[in-house]
Amino acid sequence: MTVPPSPPSLRSRLESAQTAVTAEVGPPRGADPEAVRRKVEALRGWVDAVNITDSQSAHVRLSNWAGSILALAAGVEPVMQLTCRDRNRIALQSDLLSAAALGVPNVLLMTGDHPRFGDHPDAKPVFDLDSVQLVWTARTMRDEGRLLSGRTLDPPPHWLIGAVENPFAPPAGFRAARLGKKVAAGAEFVQTQFVFDVPAFTRWMTGVRELGLDARCKVLAGVGPVRSLRALEYMRGNVPGLWIPDEIGRRLRGVPPGRVADEAMTMCAEIIQQVLRIPGVSGVHVMAPGFEHGIPEILARAGLTRAGVGSGHAH
Amino acid sequence: MNTAGRRGARSIAAWPRPVRPRLPAWLGYRIQRLLAPNACYRWLAGWLERSPARYRAFAAAEQAAKGELFGCRMCGQCTLPVTGYACPMTCPKQLRNGPCGGVGSDGSCEVYPDIRCVWLEAWERAERHGRVADLHLLQRPVDHRRWGESAWVSYWHGRDDGLWAAGDASAIRDSVPAAERR
Repeated sequence: MTVPPSPPSLRSRLESAQTAVTAEVGPPRGADPEAVRRKVEALRGWVDAVNITDSQSAHVRLSNWAGSILALAAGVEPVMQLTCRDRNRIALQSDLLSAAALGVPNVLLMTGDHPRFGDHPDAKPVFDLDSVQLVWTARTMRDEGRLLSGRTLDPPPHWLIGAVENPFAPPAGFRAARLGKKVAAGAEFVQTQFVFDVPAFTRWMTGVRELGLDARCKVLAGVGPVRSLRALEYMRGNVPGLWIPDEIGRRLRGVPPGRVADEAMTMCAEIIQQVLRIPGVSGVHVMAPGFEHGIPEILARAGLTRAGVGSGHAH
Repeated sequence: MNTAGRRGARSIAAWPRPVRPRLPAWLGYRIQRLLAPNACYRWLAGWLERSPARYRAFAAAEQAAKGELFGCRMCGQCTLPVTGYACPMTCPKQLRNGPCGGVGSDGSCEVYPDIRCVWLEAWERAERHGRVADLHLLQRPVDHRRWGESAWVSYWHGRDDGLWAAGDASAIRDSVPAAERR
Protein backbone atom coordinates (compact mmCIF):
# COMPACT_ATOMS: atom_id res chain seq x y z
CA MET A 1 0.00 0.00 0.00
CA THR A 2 1.37 3.39 -0.92
CA VAL A 3 1.27 6.03 1.72
CA PRO A 4 -0.37 9.14 0.25
CA PRO A 5 1.72 12.30 0.23
CA SER A 6 1.53 14.12 3.50
CA PRO A 7 -1.39 16.59 3.26
CA PRO A 8 -0.96 20.24 4.09
CA SER A 9 -1.27 20.93 7.79
CA LEU A 10 -4.49 22.14 9.36
CA ARG A 11 -2.90 25.54 9.81
CA SER A 12 -1.97 25.95 6.16
CA ARG A 13 -5.34 24.55 5.07
CA LEU A 14 -7.14 27.15 7.16
CA GLU A 15 -4.84 29.93 6.01
CA SER A 16 -5.33 29.04 2.35
CA ALA A 17 -9.12 29.30 2.77
CA GLN A 18 -9.63 25.78 1.41
CA THR A 19 -12.31 23.67 3.06
CA ALA A 20 -10.78 22.10 6.15
CA VAL A 21 -11.86 18.70 7.39
CA THR A 22 -11.14 17.29 10.82
CA ALA A 23 -12.50 14.14 12.42
CA GLU A 24 -12.75 12.91 15.96
CA VAL A 25 -10.85 9.86 17.15
CA GLY A 26 -11.65 8.52 20.58
CA PRO A 27 -8.72 6.64 22.15
CA PRO A 28 -9.49 3.14 23.45
CA ARG A 29 -10.35 1.98 26.93
CA GLY A 30 -7.37 -0.31 27.06
CA ALA A 31 -3.67 -0.37 26.40
CA ASP A 32 -3.74 -1.26 22.72
CA PRO A 33 -1.99 1.30 20.49
CA GLU A 34 -3.35 -0.49 17.40
CA ALA A 35 -6.85 0.77 18.19
CA VAL A 36 -5.75 4.37 17.61
CA ARG A 37 -3.59 3.48 14.63
CA ARG A 38 -6.45 1.65 12.87
CA LYS A 39 -8.89 4.51 13.33
CA VAL A 40 -6.36 7.11 12.23
CA GLU A 41 -5.18 5.19 9.18
CA ALA A 42 -8.74 4.88 7.92
CA LEU A 43 -8.85 8.67 7.85
CA ARG A 44 -5.42 9.39 6.39
CA GLY A 45 -5.67 11.44 3.25
CA TRP A 46 -9.31 12.32 3.95
CA VAL A 47 -8.84 14.79 6.76
CA ASP A 48 -6.41 17.56 7.64
CA ALA A 49 -6.21 16.51 11.26
CA VAL A 50 -7.77 14.17 13.78
CA ASN A 51 -9.03 15.32 17.16
CA ILE A 52 -7.75 13.13 19.94
CA THR A 53 -10.24 13.37 22.76
CA ASP A 54 -9.40 13.83 26.43
CA SER A 55 -11.27 11.04 28.22
CA GLN A 56 -14.40 12.14 26.44
CA SER A 57 -17.65 12.39 28.41
CA ALA A 58 -15.55 11.90 31.56
CA HIS A 59 -14.97 8.24 30.74
CA VAL A 60 -11.40 7.05 31.26
CA ARG A 61 -9.51 6.40 28.03
CA LEU A 62 -5.93 6.32 26.88
CA SER A 63 -4.65 9.87 27.31
CA ASN A 64 -4.99 12.73 24.87
CA TRP A 65 -1.24 13.23 24.45
CA ALA A 66 -0.46 9.53 24.01
CA GLY A 67 -3.25 9.30 21.44
CA SER A 68 -1.81 12.35 19.70
CA ILE A 69 1.60 10.73 19.42
CA LEU A 70 0.03 7.56 18.04
CA ALA A 71 -1.80 9.68 15.46
CA LEU A 72 1.45 11.39 14.45
CA ALA A 73 3.06 7.98 14.06
CA ALA A 74 0.15 6.88 11.87
CA GLY A 75 0.76 9.86 9.59
CA VAL A 76 -2.08 12.20 10.52
CA GLU A 77 -1.73 15.51 12.29
CA PRO A 78 -3.44 15.52 15.69
CA VAL A 79 -5.57 18.16 17.36
CA MET A 80 -5.01 17.42 21.02
CA GLN A 81 -8.10 18.11 23.08
CA LEU A 82 -7.42 19.33 26.59
CA THR A 83 -10.07 19.86 29.25
CA CYS A 84 -10.10 21.70 32.56
CA ARG A 85 -11.95 18.79 34.17
CA ASP A 86 -9.02 16.82 35.58
CA ARG A 87 -6.11 19.23 35.85
CA ASN A 88 -5.23 22.36 37.73
CA ARG A 89 -3.30 25.20 36.06
CA ILE A 90 0.05 23.56 36.79
CA ALA A 91 -0.89 20.31 35.03
CA LEU A 92 -2.64 22.13 32.17
CA GLN A 93 0.41 24.24 31.37
CA SER A 94 2.70 21.24 31.76
CA ASP A 95 0.59 19.20 29.34
CA LEU A 96 0.51 22.09 26.88
CA LEU A 97 4.30 22.33 26.96
CA SER A 98 4.63 18.57 26.59
CA ALA A 99 2.36 18.58 23.58
CA ALA A 100 4.50 21.23 21.90
CA ALA A 101 7.72 19.38 22.70
CA LEU A 102 6.33 16.17 21.23
CA GLY A 103 5.37 17.84 17.98
CA VAL A 104 1.61 18.19 18.50
CA PRO A 105 0.78 21.13 16.21
CA ASN A 106 -2.79 21.88 17.33
CA VAL A 107 -4.58 22.03 20.67
CA LEU A 108 -8.30 22.31 21.35
CA LEU A 109 -9.03 23.80 24.74
CA MET A 110 -12.32 23.25 26.48
CA THR A 111 -13.99 23.13 29.89
CA GLY A 112 -14.96 19.47 29.65
CA ASP A 113 -17.94 17.46 30.83
CA HIS A 114 -18.58 17.20 34.53
CA PRO A 115 -17.37 13.86 36.01
CA ARG A 116 -20.79 13.29 37.52
CA PHE A 117 -22.02 11.65 34.32
CA GLY A 118 -18.81 9.79 33.52
CA ASP A 119 -17.61 6.37 34.60
CA HIS A 120 -16.12 7.80 37.80
CA PRO A 121 -18.90 9.98 39.24
CA ASP A 122 -17.07 9.78 42.56
CA ALA A 123 -14.09 11.71 41.12
CA LYS A 124 -13.10 15.18 42.27
CA PRO A 125 -13.91 17.73 39.57
CA VAL A 126 -11.07 20.23 39.19
CA PHE A 127 -12.16 23.15 36.98
CA ASP A 128 -9.33 25.35 38.27
CA LEU A 129 -9.45 27.36 35.02
CA ASP A 130 -12.37 27.71 32.63
CA SER A 131 -12.09 27.32 28.87
CA VAL A 132 -11.68 31.05 28.20
CA GLN A 133 -8.93 31.28 30.80
CA LEU A 134 -7.22 28.19 29.38
CA VAL A 135 -7.22 29.68 25.87
CA TRP A 136 -5.89 32.92 27.34
CA THR A 137 -3.19 31.00 29.20
CA ALA A 138 -2.14 29.15 26.03
CA ARG A 139 -1.91 32.38 24.05
CA THR A 140 0.19 33.93 26.80
CA MET A 141 2.51 30.91 26.80
CA ARG A 142 2.94 31.04 23.05
CA ASP A 143 2.92 34.75 22.19
CA GLU A 144 4.49 36.19 25.33
CA GLY A 145 6.55 33.13 26.17
CA ARG A 146 5.30 33.23 29.74
CA LEU A 147 3.48 31.01 32.18
CA LEU A 148 0.54 32.22 34.27
CA SER A 149 3.09 32.77 37.01
CA GLY A 150 4.98 35.17 34.77
CA ARG A 151 8.00 32.90 34.45
CA THR A 152 9.50 32.75 30.97
CA LEU A 153 9.40 29.79 28.61
CA ASP A 154 12.44 29.02 26.51
CA PRO A 155 11.61 28.26 23.81
CA PRO A 156 7.89 29.04 23.83
CA PRO A 157 5.43 26.55 22.32
CA HIS A 158 3.93 27.10 18.88
CA TRP A 159 0.63 25.26 18.49
CA LEU A 160 -2.49 26.47 16.71
CA ILE A 161 -5.05 27.25 19.41
CA GLY A 162 -8.59 25.97 19.05
CA ALA A 163 -11.75 26.22 21.11
CA VAL A 164 -15.26 24.82 21.03
CA GLU A 165 -18.70 26.40 21.11
CA ASN A 166 -22.25 25.15 21.26
CA PRO A 167 -24.37 27.38 19.00
CA PHE A 168 -27.59 25.74 20.20
CA ALA A 169 -27.43 26.02 23.98
CA PRO A 170 -29.19 28.88 25.75
CA PRO A 171 -28.81 31.79 26.07
CA ALA A 172 -28.99 32.06 22.27
CA GLY A 173 -28.21 35.78 22.42
CA PHE A 174 -24.87 35.16 24.12
CA ARG A 175 -23.46 32.23 22.15
CA ALA A 176 -21.76 34.23 19.39
CA ALA A 177 -20.44 36.68 21.99
CA ARG A 178 -19.11 33.76 24.00
CA LEU A 179 -17.09 32.68 20.98
CA GLY A 180 -15.99 36.32 20.84
CA LYS A 181 -14.53 35.98 24.34
CA LYS A 182 -12.58 32.92 23.26
CA VAL A 183 -11.33 34.75 20.16
CA ALA A 184 -10.31 37.72 22.30
CA ALA A 185 -8.49 35.28 24.56
CA GLY A 186 -6.63 33.78 21.58
CA ALA A 187 -8.68 31.10 19.81
CA GLU A 188 -7.74 30.78 16.14
CA PHE A 189 -10.22 28.11 15.18
CA VAL A 190 -13.40 26.74 16.69
CA GLN A 191 -15.18 23.44 16.32
CA THR A 192 -18.88 23.44 17.13
CA GLN A 193 -21.26 21.01 18.75
CA PHE A 194 -23.11 18.67 16.32
CA VAL A 195 -25.12 20.66 13.80
CA PHE A 196 -28.45 18.97 13.11
CA ASP A 197 -30.51 22.16 13.05
CA VAL A 198 -29.02 24.03 10.09
CA PRO A 199 -31.33 27.10 10.37
CA ALA A 200 -30.34 27.59 14.04
CA PHE A 201 -26.67 27.21 13.10
CA THR A 202 -27.14 29.72 10.29
CA ARG A 203 -28.57 32.23 12.78
CA TRP A 204 -25.56 31.73 15.08
CA MET A 205 -23.20 32.21 12.13
CA THR A 206 -24.96 35.49 11.33
CA GLY A 207 -24.10 36.64 14.86
CA VAL A 208 -20.53 35.41 14.42
CA ARG A 209 -20.15 37.42 11.20
CA GLU A 210 -21.76 40.51 12.72
CA LEU A 211 -19.09 40.44 15.42
CA GLY A 212 -16.43 39.97 12.73
CA LEU A 213 -15.27 36.77 14.39
CA ASP A 214 -15.10 34.68 11.21
CA ALA A 215 -12.27 36.92 9.98
CA ARG A 216 -10.18 36.12 13.06
CA CYS A 217 -11.23 32.60 13.93
CA LYS A 218 -11.92 29.77 11.51
CA VAL A 219 -15.23 28.04 12.12
CA LEU A 220 -15.46 24.28 11.62
CA ALA A 221 -19.04 23.04 11.92
CA GLY A 222 -19.42 19.86 13.94
CA VAL A 223 -21.32 17.14 12.08
CA GLY A 224 -21.96 13.44 12.44
CA PRO A 225 -24.36 10.66 11.57
CA VAL A 226 -27.11 9.41 13.89
CA ARG A 227 -26.82 5.80 12.80
CA SER A 228 -29.86 4.23 14.45
CA LEU A 229 -33.07 5.15 16.20
CA ARG A 230 -31.53 3.84 19.39
CA ALA A 231 -28.54 6.13 18.91
CA LEU A 232 -30.99 8.99 18.35
CA GLU A 233 -32.72 8.34 21.66
CA TYR A 234 -29.39 7.93 23.44
CA MET A 235 -27.97 11.18 22.07
CA ARG A 236 -31.15 13.05 22.93
CA GLY A 237 -31.14 11.78 26.49
CA ASN A 238 -27.47 11.58 27.39
CA VAL A 239 -25.34 14.05 25.47
CA PRO A 240 -25.36 17.44 27.21
CA GLY A 241 -26.19 20.43 25.07
CA LEU A 242 -27.28 18.50 22.00
CA TRP A 243 -30.26 19.66 19.97
CA ILE A 244 -31.71 17.23 17.42
CA PRO A 245 -34.80 18.45 15.55
CA ASP A 246 -37.70 16.00 14.98
CA GLU A 247 -36.98 16.05 11.26
CA ILE A 248 -33.93 13.80 11.80
CA GLY A 249 -36.05 11.12 13.51
CA ARG A 250 -38.79 11.41 10.88
CA ARG A 251 -36.34 10.71 8.09
CA LEU A 252 -34.71 7.80 9.90
CA ARG A 253 -38.12 6.23 10.58
CA GLY A 254 -39.15 6.79 6.99
CA VAL A 255 -36.71 4.21 5.58
CA PRO A 256 -36.67 0.41 6.04
CA PRO A 257 -34.77 -0.64 9.21
CA GLY A 258 -31.93 -2.09 7.15
CA ARG A 259 -31.30 1.28 5.49
CA VAL A 260 -31.29 3.57 8.54
CA ALA A 261 -27.50 3.65 8.89
CA ASP A 262 -27.11 4.43 5.20
CA GLU A 263 -29.75 7.16 5.34
CA ALA A 264 -27.90 8.63 8.35
CA MET A 265 -24.71 8.92 6.30
CA THR A 266 -26.59 10.58 3.45
CA MET A 267 -28.20 13.03 5.87
CA CYS A 268 -24.81 13.82 7.39
CA ALA A 269 -23.36 14.44 3.92
CA GLU A 270 -26.29 16.77 3.14
CA ILE A 271 -25.72 18.72 6.33
CA ILE A 272 -22.02 19.04 5.42
CA GLN A 273 -22.96 20.50 2.06
CA GLN A 274 -25.46 22.88 3.64
CA VAL A 275 -23.13 24.23 6.32
CA LEU A 276 -20.28 24.70 3.85
CA ARG A 277 -22.51 27.05 1.87
CA ILE A 278 -22.93 29.35 4.87
CA PRO A 279 -20.61 32.38 4.64
CA GLY A 280 -17.86 32.26 7.24
CA VAL A 281 -17.76 28.48 7.62
CA SER A 282 -14.22 27.22 6.92
CA GLY A 283 -14.79 23.50 7.17
CA VAL A 284 -16.33 20.63 9.03
CA HIS A 285 -15.44 18.52 12.03
CA VAL A 286 -16.87 15.01 11.75
CA MET A 287 -17.75 13.12 14.91
CA ALA A 288 -18.73 9.47 14.58
CA PRO A 289 -17.67 7.62 17.74
CA GLY A 290 -17.06 3.95 16.98
CA PHE A 291 -17.65 4.57 13.27
CA GLU A 292 -14.48 6.41 12.33
CA HIS A 293 -13.94 3.97 9.45
CA GLY A 294 -17.21 5.18 7.88
CA ILE A 295 -16.18 8.84 7.82
CA PRO A 296 -14.48 8.63 4.38
CA GLU A 297 -17.73 7.38 2.87
CA ILE A 298 -19.64 10.31 4.40
CA LEU A 299 -17.03 12.75 3.09
CA ALA A 300 -17.18 11.12 -0.36
CA ARG A 301 -20.96 11.53 -0.44
CA ALA A 302 -20.50 15.18 0.53
CA GLY A 303 -18.09 15.62 -2.37
CA LEU A 304 -15.08 16.17 -0.12
CA THR A 305 -12.81 13.63 -1.80
CA ARG A 306 -9.20 14.73 -1.79
CA ALA A 307 -6.90 14.35 -4.76
CA GLY A 308 -4.74 11.25 -4.49
CA VAL A 309 -6.97 9.30 -2.13
CA GLY A 310 -10.26 7.57 -2.32
CA SER A 311 -10.78 4.30 -4.06
CA GLY A 312 -9.30 2.05 -1.41
CA HIS A 313 -11.25 3.66 1.39
CA ALA A 314 -14.86 3.83 0.28
CA HIS A 315 -16.93 0.84 1.32
CA MET B 1 -31.26 7.40 36.13
CA ASN B 2 -33.16 10.24 37.74
CA THR B 3 -33.34 8.66 41.17
CA ALA B 4 -29.67 7.78 41.04
CA GLY B 5 -28.99 11.36 39.99
CA ARG B 6 -30.81 12.77 42.99
CA ARG B 7 -29.02 10.40 45.35
CA GLY B 8 -25.76 11.57 43.86
CA ALA B 9 -26.76 15.18 44.30
CA ARG B 10 -27.18 14.79 48.04
CA SER B 11 -23.91 12.94 48.42
CA ILE B 12 -21.91 15.81 46.92
CA ALA B 13 -23.93 18.60 48.45
CA ALA B 14 -20.70 20.36 49.34
CA TRP B 15 -19.92 20.91 45.67
CA PRO B 16 -21.27 24.05 44.06
CA ARG B 17 -24.85 24.02 42.83
CA PRO B 18 -26.51 26.80 40.85
CA VAL B 19 -28.30 29.31 43.06
CA ARG B 20 -31.02 31.61 41.82
CA PRO B 21 -30.24 34.99 43.38
CA ARG B 22 -32.76 36.29 45.89
CA LEU B 23 -31.78 39.90 45.50
CA PRO B 24 -33.30 41.63 42.46
CA ALA B 25 -30.58 42.77 40.08
CA TRP B 26 -31.69 46.43 40.17
CA LEU B 27 -31.20 46.45 43.93
CA GLY B 28 -27.78 44.87 43.50
CA TYR B 29 -26.72 47.62 41.11
CA ARG B 30 -28.07 50.27 43.51
CA ILE B 31 -26.26 48.80 46.51
CA GLN B 32 -23.10 48.64 44.41
CA ARG B 33 -23.27 52.43 44.03
CA LEU B 34 -23.70 52.80 47.79
CA LEU B 35 -20.69 50.58 48.43
CA ALA B 36 -18.40 52.31 45.92
CA PRO B 37 -14.97 52.88 47.46
CA ASN B 38 -14.43 56.22 49.14
CA ALA B 39 -12.25 57.56 51.96
CA CYS B 40 -14.75 56.38 54.58
CA TYR B 41 -14.87 52.82 53.32
CA ARG B 42 -11.11 52.73 52.91
CA TRP B 43 -10.73 53.80 56.52
CA LEU B 44 -13.25 51.13 57.59
CA ALA B 45 -11.39 48.47 55.59
CA GLY B 46 -8.10 49.44 57.19
CA TRP B 47 -9.68 49.47 60.67
CA LEU B 48 -11.13 45.98 60.09
CA GLU B 49 -7.81 44.64 58.90
CA ARG B 50 -5.93 45.91 61.93
CA SER B 51 -7.72 43.36 64.10
CA PRO B 52 -8.02 39.71 62.98
CA ALA B 53 -11.09 39.28 65.20
CA ARG B 54 -12.86 42.29 63.68
CA TYR B 55 -11.94 41.14 60.17
CA ARG B 56 -13.23 37.62 60.84
CA ALA B 57 -16.50 38.93 62.25
CA PHE B 58 -16.98 41.24 59.28
CA ALA B 59 -16.18 38.44 56.79
CA ALA B 60 -18.65 36.17 58.62
CA ALA B 61 -21.35 38.82 58.31
CA GLU B 62 -20.55 39.25 54.62
CA GLN B 63 -20.71 35.49 54.14
CA ALA B 64 -24.07 35.27 55.90
CA ALA B 65 -25.59 38.08 53.82
CA LYS B 66 -24.17 37.09 50.44
CA GLY B 67 -24.68 33.41 51.16
CA GLU B 68 -28.37 33.96 51.75
CA LEU B 69 -28.80 36.26 48.75
CA PHE B 70 -26.51 34.69 46.14
CA GLY B 71 -25.27 31.35 47.47
CA CYS B 72 -21.87 33.03 48.01
CA ARG B 73 -19.06 30.57 48.73
CA MET B 74 -16.52 33.25 49.74
CA CYS B 75 -14.08 32.89 46.85
CA GLY B 76 -12.94 36.34 47.99
CA GLN B 77 -12.84 37.74 44.44
CA CYS B 78 -16.35 38.95 43.92
CA THR B 79 -17.55 39.18 40.35
CA LEU B 80 -21.24 39.82 41.15
CA PRO B 81 -21.24 43.44 39.86
CA VAL B 82 -20.38 42.21 36.34
CA THR B 83 -22.41 39.00 36.29
CA GLY B 84 -25.89 40.42 36.77
CA TYR B 85 -25.63 39.77 40.51
CA ALA B 86 -25.82 36.00 39.94
CA CYS B 87 -22.83 34.14 41.39
CA PRO B 88 -20.83 32.09 38.85
CA MET B 89 -19.03 30.27 41.67
CA THR B 90 -22.29 28.39 42.27
CA CYS B 91 -21.89 26.88 38.78
CA PRO B 92 -20.80 23.24 39.29
CA LYS B 93 -17.84 23.97 36.99
CA GLN B 94 -17.27 27.37 38.63
CA LEU B 95 -17.10 28.99 35.21
CA ARG B 96 -16.42 32.72 35.44
CA ASN B 97 -16.60 33.53 31.74
CA GLY B 98 -20.07 32.39 30.78
CA PRO B 99 -22.17 29.25 30.52
CA CYS B 100 -20.76 25.92 29.36
CA GLY B 101 -22.07 24.17 26.26
CA GLY B 102 -24.09 21.72 28.29
CA VAL B 103 -27.01 23.99 29.18
CA GLY B 104 -30.25 22.14 28.36
CA SER B 105 -32.62 23.59 25.78
CA ASP B 106 -34.98 24.27 28.72
CA GLY B 107 -32.22 26.22 30.47
CA SER B 108 -31.36 23.46 32.92
CA CYS B 109 -27.91 22.91 34.39
CA GLU B 110 -25.99 20.05 32.78
CA VAL B 111 -24.93 18.71 36.15
CA TYR B 112 -28.15 19.33 38.11
CA PRO B 113 -30.91 19.09 35.50
CA ASP B 114 -33.58 20.08 38.03
CA ILE B 115 -31.86 23.44 38.65
CA ARG B 116 -31.63 26.36 36.26
CA CYS B 117 -28.22 27.34 34.87
CA VAL B 118 -26.87 30.23 36.97
CA TRP B 119 -25.35 31.81 33.87
CA LEU B 120 -28.78 31.94 32.30
CA GLU B 121 -29.87 33.92 35.35
CA ALA B 122 -26.82 36.16 34.95
CA TRP B 123 -27.51 36.72 31.27
CA GLU B 124 -31.19 37.54 31.73
CA ARG B 125 -30.56 39.88 34.66
CA ALA B 126 -27.71 41.67 32.86
CA GLU B 127 -29.73 41.98 29.67
CA ARG B 128 -32.75 43.41 31.49
CA HIS B 129 -30.57 46.16 32.92
CA GLY B 130 -28.55 46.94 29.82
CA ARG B 131 -25.42 45.39 31.30
CA VAL B 132 -24.69 42.70 28.68
CA ALA B 133 -21.28 44.27 27.98
CA ASP B 134 -20.25 43.20 31.50
CA LEU B 135 -20.48 39.59 30.42
CA HIS B 136 -18.01 40.21 27.58
CA LEU B 137 -15.22 41.05 30.03
CA LEU B 138 -12.48 38.44 30.30
CA GLN B 139 -12.41 37.10 33.83
CA ARG B 140 -8.95 36.22 35.09
CA PRO B 141 -8.32 32.93 36.93
CA VAL B 142 -9.31 32.77 40.57
CA ASP B 143 -6.52 33.11 43.14
CA HIS B 144 -7.28 30.17 45.40
CA ARG B 145 -5.28 31.62 48.27
CA ARG B 146 -7.98 34.22 48.75
CA TRP B 147 -10.91 31.96 49.66
CA GLY B 148 -12.54 33.23 52.83
CA GLU B 149 -11.35 36.82 52.41
CA SER B 150 -13.84 39.65 52.63
CA ALA B 151 -14.49 40.78 49.08
CA TRP B 152 -15.90 44.07 50.38
CA VAL B 153 -12.67 44.92 52.19
CA SER B 154 -10.67 43.98 49.07
CA TYR B 155 -13.00 46.06 46.92
CA TRP B 156 -12.62 49.15 49.12
CA HIS B 157 -8.85 48.73 49.03
CA GLY B 158 -8.93 48.50 45.23
CA ARG B 159 -7.35 45.05 45.27
CA ASP B 160 -9.91 43.60 42.89
CA ASP B 161 -9.39 46.08 40.06
CA GLY B 162 -7.61 43.42 38.03
CA LEU B 163 -10.14 40.61 38.36
CA TRP B 164 -11.32 41.14 34.81
CA ALA B 165 -10.06 42.79 31.64
CA ALA B 166 -11.55 44.13 28.43
CA GLY B 167 -10.14 43.87 24.96
CA ASP B 168 -7.84 41.62 23.03
CA ALA B 169 -4.45 42.93 24.02
CA SER B 170 -4.98 42.30 27.71
CA ALA B 171 -2.38 40.23 29.49
CA ILE B 172 -3.73 37.35 31.50
CA ARG B 173 -1.58 38.40 34.43
CA ASP B 174 -2.79 41.39 36.31
CA SER B 175 -0.13 44.11 36.45
CA VAL B 176 -0.03 43.71 40.22
CA PRO B 177 0.99 40.13 41.02
CA ALA B 178 -1.61 38.62 43.33
CA ALA B 179 1.06 37.61 45.82
CA GLU B 180 2.06 41.22 46.44
CA ARG B 181 -1.40 42.61 46.95
CA ARG B 182 -1.77 41.95 50.63
